Amino acid sequence: MSEIGIGKAINAGMRRAMERDPKVVIMGEDIGKLGGVFRVTENLQKDFGEDRVIDTPLAESGIVGTAIGMALRGYRPIVEIQFDGFVYPAFSQITCQVAKMRARSLGKIKLPMVIRIPVGGGIGAVEHHSESNEAYFAHTAGLRVVACSNPEDAYWMIQQAIESDDPIVFYEPKRRYHEKGEVDLTATTAPRSLFGATIARVGEDVTVAAYGPMVKVCLDAATVAAEEGRSIEVIDLRSLSPLDLDVLATSVEKTGRLVVTHEAPTFLGMGAEVAAAISQRCFYHLESPVIRVGGYNLPYPPSRVEEDFLPDLDRVLDGVDRALAY
Amino acid sequence: MSDNEVAMPEHAAHAAAVAALTAPVPETMRDGGAELVQLLTPEGERVDHVGHPEYSASIDELTDDDLRGFYRDQVLIRRVDAEATALQRQGELGIWASLLGQEAAQVGSARVLRTQDYAFPTYREHGVAWVRGVNPLNLLGLFRGVNQGGWDPNENNFHLYTIVIGAQTLHAVGYAMGIQHDHAVGTGDPDRDAAVIAYFGDGATAQGDVNESFVYAASMNAPVVFFCQNNQWAISQPVEKQTRIPLYQRARGFGFPGVRVDGNDVLAVYAVTKAAMNAARSGQGPMMIEAYTYRMGAHTTSDDPTKYRVSADVEVWKLRDPIARLKAYLTSSGKADKSYFDAVEVEADALAVTIREGCLSMPDPEPASMFDNVYVDEHPLVEAERAAFAAYTASFEGGH
Repeated sequence: MSEIGIGKAINAGMRRAMERDPKVVIMGEDIGKLGGVFRVTENLQKDFGEDRVIDTPLAESGIVGTAIGMALRGYRPIVEIQFDGFVYPAFSQITCQVAKMRARSLGKIKLPMVIRIPVGGGIGAVEHHSESNEAYFAHTAGLRVVACSNPEDAYWMIQQAIESDDPIVFYEPKRRYHEKGEVDLTATTAPRSLFGATIARVGEDVTVAAYGPMVKVCLDAATVAAEEGRSIEVIDLRSLSPLDLDVLATSVEKTGRLVVTHEAPTFLGMGAEVAAAISQRCFYHLESPVIRVGGYNLPYPPSRVEEDFLPDLDRVLDGVDRALAY
Repeated sequence: MSDNEVAMPEHAAHAAAVAALTAPVPETMRDGGAELVQLLTPEGERVDHVGHPEYSASIDELTDDDLRGFYRDQVLIRRVDAEATALQRQGELGIWASLLGQEAAQVGSARVLRTQDYAFPTYREHGVAWVRGVNPLNLLGLFRGVNQGGWDPNENNFHLYTIVIGAQTLHAVGYAMGIQHDHAVGTGDPDRDAAVIAYFGDGATAQGDVNESFVYAASMNAPVVFFCQNNQWAISQPVEKQTRIPLYQRARGFGFPGVRVDGNDVLAVYAVTKAAMNAARSGQGPMMIEAYTYRMGAHTTSDDPTKYRVSADVEVWKLRDPIARLKAYLTSSGKADKSYFDAVEVEADALAVTIREGCLSMPDPEPASMFDNVYVDEHPLVEAERAAFAAYTASFEGGH
C-alpha cells in the first residue's frame, strides 16, 4: 500500500494505462515539461515521449477537436482541460461532436476519450478557476460523467475511464489533489465498478449524498453529527451519468431522509435530478422532502467570500437539521 | 494640442495600409485575379500556368479514360443533386444542400485521394462522397430524416457530414496527427503514406475552429490539406463582407502555403490538390487551397437567394460552368465524342431513377431504434427509457 494524494493517484493510473496500451495518449496545455499546472501529468512526457504526451497550442476547442480526430484514427486520447472554466470554448466540440458521433454513425464508430477537468472552488483562485459545470455534461446524452473523491478511486476510476469505449468527462476535485489516502498500486483488478455509487460511511438517521470535493465535507459533517448523537449515512455518488440510484434508494429507504450536496448552484443542478428521482422512487419511505445543499445561484464569487458561497460542514449539518425537522 | 491631432498621421498611414490590402472590386464579379491557377479556360482551352509546370505535368500523366471519368463523375453527381432538389420540392426530403456549380472543385480534389487518405466533408460534399464510393442514397438519408448520416466512415475513408460549420477541420487535423503517430507519412511508400483533406467553405473561415485547426496543423506539421470552396456566399453574406483579403492569403499568416485555384476547372483543381496532397504525404505539412467557385443554387432548399443577390452575377458564372468547359475540351481534343456524352446521359437518367426509387422506398427507422447506439456499453437510463417507451407504445391498441 502507498500513501499518496489524488493528483499522484491519477498520475499513477494514467501511467499504468499508458504502459498497458500504446494507443493511449494525453493532450493538453502545459502537460509536458511542466507536468500540468497541477502536476498531474508530471514525468509522463519524460517517460513516454512527446508523441504520447502532447503539449497543445492554447485553444481548448482545438484540443478536444483534434482529440476526436485521434480517436477516429484508433487512439485513446486523454484530454486535460486546465481549469473547469476553460472547458467552455470546447463546449460545442464536446456536446455536438463527441457526444453524438456514435449515434450519428449508427454505431459504426466509437470515440473512446477521457476529458479530465479539475473542478470546483476553495483554492482562492481568480474567476473562471473554481466552476462546477458537471450538470451541463451530465445533461448531454452520449457522454458519461464521473467524479472521484479519494486517492484509491482516483487511481482506479481514471484507468477504468480510459478503458471505456464511451467518451467520459472525468472530474477531479482540485482542492483535494494533495489529500492523501491508501492506494494499492500493485493490485491488478479494480475494487468496484466505475459507474456505481458507494456507501462512504454507514449511518441510520439521514442519508447525505455527495460527489467529488463534497464527499470529505460530508464525512467530516457525519463525524461531528455522531458526536451530537445523530447518525449520518454518506453516499459517494461517484458517477453522475449514469446515476446509480440503487445504492442511494436503498439508503433512503432505510433512513427516510435525504440531503443532496454539491458545490454547483442548486438550480437545475445534480441535486435537482437526484431529488426528483428519489422522491418518485422512495415516496412512501420519505419522512421529509429531499433537501438540497449547494452553491448559491450566482456567478462564482470573489475568492475572499468563497467560503460563504461553498457548502461547508455547517451548511451540510444545517441541511441535516432541516431534514430531521419534519 | 489635442490627442486627436497627434493621431491623425497614424490614422492616415493605417488607412493606406488597409486600402492596399483590401480588394476594391466585389469578389463575386471578379475572375479570381492574377494568382488564380487555371489549366482550362471557361471556353475549354487547355493552358499552362506560368511558374508551375508541375501542374501541367500531372495533367499530362492522365489517360483519356481519366479525363472522361472527370466528366462522367461531374455529370452523374449533378444529376443526383438535381434529383435530390426535386425530391425535396415534392416533400420527400426535409431539406437539400445543392452542390450545383461546385462539381469540378469536388470531383477534381477527390480524384486525387488514395485509398488510405481520409476526407472530412461539410454537408455539401456530394461530389467527394460519390468519388469516394459512398452510395448517394446514404446522403439522402440524412436529408430525408431517416438517420444522421449512417454510413461507415471507415469503409470509404469519408467521414460523416458535419453540420456545425468548421468543426470537422479540427477532426481532420487530429486524424492527420494520428497518421503522423502511425509513422504513415514521409516513408516514401506510396501505399503507406497518407494525408487528410478537410473541406469547408468561405463562410467557415470566420469560425474559431477553422482558425484553431490552422494553428494546430502548423504547430504539428500535420499532413492535412485545407480545401476551401469559396462559393462566394455564406448563405446571404457575400465573401467581400467576410474577408478583407483573398482567403488563400490567410494561410501565409499561419505559416503554410496557400493557393487559389479556379474551382470550376477540374484539371487545375486536380493538379493543385495533387501537389498539396503529395507534399502532405511526404511530410511537408499543411497547405490551404482556395477553390474559387460559385454557388449556382440556393444555400439550401430553404433559402431564397433572389432576396440578396442579382441574377446578373449568376449569369456571369454560368459562362464558367465546370462541366461545359470540360466537355468543350474533350470534344476539341478528340478525347470524347457525342456517343460518349450520350452514353453518360443515359447513365445519368438511370441513376436518377435509382435515386428516386431508392428515396421513396427508404423505410422510416423503427421508433425504438432511437435508443440504439447512444453508448457503446449499456447505460441504465437509456435502457430504462427504452423499456418505458416500449411499455407506453404497447399500451395502445395495436401498439400505436
